[in-house]
Amino acid sequence: MKIIARFEISYYQILNETSEIVGTLPSFAKDNEHLLRLYRIMVLNRVFDTKAIALQRTGRLGTYPSSLGQEAVFTGIGDAMLKNDILVPYYRDYAAMWMRGIPLSDILLFWGGDERGNLQGGEDLPFSVPVGSQGLHAAGIATALKIRQEKRAVLTTCGEGATSQGDFYEALNIAGIWKLPIVFVINNNQWAISVPRSQQTAAATLAQKAIAAGFQGEQVDGNDVLAVRERVDVALTKAREENIPTLLEMICYRQCDHTTADEATRYEPKGVRDLEWKKEPIMRLRRYLENLKIWNQILEEQLQKECTAEVEKAVQAYLATKPAPASDMIDYLYAKLPHTLFEQREQIKQVGDQCHG
Amino acid sequence: MAEITLVEAINQALAYEMQADPDVILLGEDIGKDGGVFRATVGLLEKFGEERVRDTPLAESMIAGLAIGMAMQGLKPVAEFQFMGFTYPALDQIINHAARMRNRTRGRLSCPLVFRAPFGCGIHAPEHHSESTEAIYAHIPGLRVVIPSSPQRAYGLLLSAIRDPDPVIFLEPARLYRWAKQEVPDDGKGLPLDRAFILQSGEDVTLISWGAMIKETLSAAQKLKKDGISVEIIDVATIKPLDKQTLLTSIEKTGRCIIIHEAARTGGVGEHISAELAEQALFFLKAPIIRLTGYDTIVPYAKLENYYLPKEQQIIDAVQRVLEFA
Repeated sequence: MKIIARFEISYYQILNETSEIVGTLPSFAKDNEHLLRLYRIMVLNRVFDTKAIALQRTGRLGTYPSSLGQEAVFTGIGDAMLKNDILVPYYRDYAAMWMRGIPLSDILLFWGGDERGNLQGGEDLPFSVPVGSQGLHAAGIATALKIRQEKRAVLTTCGEGATSQGDFYEALNIAGIWKLPIVFVINNNQWAISVPRSQQTAAATLAQKAIAAGFQGEQVDGNDVLAVRERVDVALTKAREENIPTLLEMICYRQCDHTTADEATRYEPKGVRDLEWKKEPIMRLRRYLENLKIWNQILEEQLQKECTAEVEKAVQAYLATKPAPASDMIDYLYAKLPHTLFEQREQIKQVGDQCHG
Repeated sequence: MAEITLVEAINQALAYEMQADPDVILLGEDIGKDGGVFRATVGLLEKFGEERVRDTPLAESMIAGLAIGMAMQGLKPVAEFQFMGFTYPALDQIINHAARMRNRTRGRLSCPLVFRAPFGCGIHAPEHHSESTEAIYAHIPGLRVVIPSSPQRAYGLLLSAIRDPDPVIFLEPARLYRWAKQEVPDDGKGLPLDRAFILQSGEDVTLISWGAMIKETLSAAQKLKKDGISVEIIDVATIKPLDKQTLLTSIEKTGRCIIIHEAARTGGVGEHISAELAEQALFFLKAPIIRLTGYDTIVPYAKLENYYLPKEQQIIDAVQRVLEFA
C-alpha cells in the first residue's frame, strides 16, 4: 500500500469574532475609506432586507429571501469583482448586485412579480431560482471568455444545499478539465430551508469538493468581510490571469427564515441563532472601526438615516411602477414572434385591456 | 453532383456554418476524433480544431448548461446529445433556462443555440435509444422543435436553426440517417422554421407526418396512386411553431386527414394537430380525423420494435376508410 493522494483545506479569517486582527491585513484593509465603504454597504443591505420583509408582511411584496447575517459574503464579492467580470448569482446576492449597478428597486420588482426587475445587469445573469443549475451557465460563460482570450472572470454563487445537486459537480468538473476562469462561492449558511448542513453531505467541508474536480477549495469566515473580500480577490485574480478555477466555502449563518414563506422555529434548535449572532458580520466590523476611532454612535445614526432614505427611495420607485402591458408576457418569448402566435398575442392583449379598462 | 445521406447533409450544414460564422461552436460526447456516434461531425475536428469542436465529459445536463452560458455570451453553440433518451437529464436546463432566458430578462439575454439529437426507433438500438418524445419539447414555450426528413431539408433546416436567435431542439430521425440519398447543393441556403412542407399535392386526402414516418407515408401514397387515389403529403417539419395555416388550407381542399407519427398516441403532437383542425376546419371535414401512431407503451427492444411502428398498410387502410365517407 502507498498513499497516492492527500489534500488539505485552509480556513481563512482576518477579523475574528471579537474584532481583533488575526490574519495578515491585506492592503485594501489599511485604507480606512475602503473599510467604511464595506461597512456602509453591509448596513444598507440589512436595512434593505428589513424593509423588504416589512413590505411582504403588509402585502406589498411577494415571497422574499432575506440575506440577514450573510451581508459580508455578498459585500465582499461585490467589492472584489471588477466591473467587466461577470456575476452569476443565486438569489440572496443583493449587496453584490447593487454594487454592480442593479437598483434596489429592480430587486423589489423581481420579488414583487415583475420580470422587468431582470432588465438591468449587462452581461450579469439574473437571480437563479432552480437550485444549483447556474454553476453550469457560469462555466459556459467562462468558456466563451476563454475562447475569446479575454482577461475576465466569472463568479457564481450558490447555497450549501445546492452542492448536493448533480449540476454543481458537473460545473466544478468541467471548470477543472477546461481550466476555466471561474470562482465558485458557496454561501454556507448552514440551512437549506429546514435541512441542516450535516444532512447535505458527510464530507468534513464543502470546500474539498473542489479537490475531486482538480483544483483548490478553501473555507473562509463568511462573517468576516475582510477575509471574504481578500479571498475572492485572490481567486478572481487567479481566474483572470491564469485560468485557474477556485471554490470558496463561506461559513456563516442564516439569521432569518429561508424566505418569508418559511418558519424556522419549526426546525431550528432553540438558542443556536443567538449563539451565532455573536459572530455576525456588521457588529464585528463596527467594533473594529470604533477601535480605529473612525466610527461612533453619531456616524452610525447618520448612516442608518441615509440607508433608510436610500431604501425608501427604492420602495417608492418600486411601488410607483405600473404593471407592464399584458402582451409583455409573450412579446419577449422569441426574438421575433412566430406568426403562429399572433392570434394568442391578440387574445392576451384583449384580456389585458379588459382588466385595465 | 454526388448524392448524400441525411447524416451527411447534417455534416455539410455544420461545416458550412462553422466556416461562415466563427461563433459557431460544437460540443458533445464523442463528437471530436470519433466524429459522433452516427458520424454527424466527422472531419470537423480536423478542419476547425479543438477549440470549436469540443468533446465534453459524459454529462448531458452539463452539455446543456454550458451551451446556455456560451450562448448568452454571443456564441452559437450546437450541442449534440447522442440519443434523444439522453436529453432527459438536461430537461431542467432546457426548460428552466434555455427556453425562458430571453423572456425573463425581457430581451436582455438570450440563448441562440441548437440542441441536436437523433431520435426514433427502428435501428435495432439498445434500450433507451429509440425515444420519440418530441411532444415534451413542443409543449415548452420559448423553444423551437425542428425535425427534418430528407437530406435537403436536414441541410436547410439545420442552417436556419443555427442562425435562429432562439433555442432550437433539432431532432434527427435515426432511421432516415442513411436511407434515401439526395443531391444537396452546399449553397448555405436555409429553409424557413415556421412552414410545413407540402411534399406532394393531391385532392382526395391529406397525410400529415414528420420524421421517420415520412418514409411509410411516401410509399403508401405511391401505392394509392396506382389505385387512382390522389394524396397530399405534408411534412410538418417544424413541430413548434406549428404551421397551422398550411395544414388548414390542405384540409379545406381535401376534407380528409390522417396524421401519422411514431411517438406514443396520448399527448402526442398528433393530438394537438387533430384538435386544432377539428376546432377550425370542422365544416370542411368529410370524415373523422384519423391518427396512426405508436402505441401508448414503452418503445420495445429490437425484437418487437417493428410491431410498434405504424405500417404502410395501415396508412393505406386508413385512407380507404376515410374515402368511404361521402
